[in-house]
Amino acid sequence: MHEWALAESVIRTAADHAGRSGLRSVSEVSVLLGELQAVDREIFVFALRELAKTSPGGMRSCKFRILKEPASFKCRVCAEKFTLKALKRTEAEAENIHFIPEMARVFLKCPGCKSPDFDIVAGRGVSIKDIRGEK
Amino acid sequence: MKPAAAAIDPRPSVIGERLSRVKRVIAVTGWKGGIGKSVTAAVLALILSRRGFRTGLFDLDFAGASAHLVLGAGGKFPKEVKGIEPPPVSGVGLMSVAFFSGDKAVALRGADVSDAMLELLAVTQWGELDFLIMDMPPGINDAALDVLRLLPRTEVLAVTIPSLMAHSVLERSLSLYRSLKVPVLGVVSNMETAGGRSSAKWRVRRDAGLERALGRPERLLRTAFAADLGKVADALVRRRPGA
Repeated sequence: MHEWALAESVIRTAADHAGRSGLRSVSEVSVLLGELQAVDREIFVFALRELAKTSPGGMRSCKFRILKEPASFKCRVCAEKFTLKALKRTEAEAENIHFIPEMARVFLKCPGCKSPDFDIVAGRGVSIKDIRGEK
Repeated sequence: MKPAAAAIDPRPSVIGERLSRVKRVIAVTGWKGGIGKSVTAAVLALILSRRGFRTGLFDLDFAGASAHLVLGAGGKFPKEVKGIEPPPVSGVGLMSVAFFSGDKAVALRGADVSDAMLELLAVTQWGELDFLIMDMPPGINDAALDVLRLLPRTEVLAVTIPSLMAHSVLERSLSLYRSLKVPVLGVVSNMETAGGRSSAKWRVRRDAGLERALGRPERLLRTAFAADLGKVADALVRRRPGA
């Protein structure tokens, strides 16, 4: 359920953007959901729709386009590039990564050299790809 | 009309809202390691809580998180309710990366520390608080700079010890805070001995019993350390926010 807090940040950012850009209403927000954080899409979208109903910034009839962003990583030690599939994790570890994606570097290791010193290149968490609206 | 040009990080937009019902944000800082920041922050939070103030404690020292050990938070975990709620530990709402990292080393690069901190600030529901005490990591680094940037009403409580090195670093830190116009509540000098001539606003005596009281809030509150720190709490309570 911490998806609600993340959804709230999306709604607030879109409403702020509309205010700054002089948009009368926001028609569509495209949101990237990074694979690593494993946000529950159903809860997240439900929260977005509920929050949009009461948000300022002309969000009431906004549509939400949810795009899944695959996670990719690059090891700083051996330069190996890898995906989430290559990383074994327990349910508890996945849950902790869900709350703080950087915990991936606590629990997971580069499949090539076993170093925890890798970069999350893409697919970390929630970000907004674009915001469209009417002036 | 026009789409936004690049991906936007939505998290900063809700940080103000998350802390909107927090009256005072106090960062317990000190730029040297091992000078007692964590125990100062945690015991100060305990004292304020016992005096009836709604108090939160946010451990931002990700690499050396220890507030949970000082308070004895074993077995506690944040509750997930439209965000995450800090579990109450002896009356203090505690948030720490340790809840998520367990007993593993948290070896994060600077940008990752910023990201993890931003995540916690965006999703933690502190609710109504009189004081949010932040246990800062040693030095001036990404976490410290982010706190000053994202939480502009932060007040600093600086910690030092009677040591030439600690004092030199302290002076540099105070100079930076002055230049950034960050309010400094005062300096707590820990591990003071009888006859010490510290010019710090608050002197906290070296307390041999402190180590044995760690993890036991009731016992911590009976230490000489807590008695001395009580004077800091007195001053914090007297000072009105923004005054």
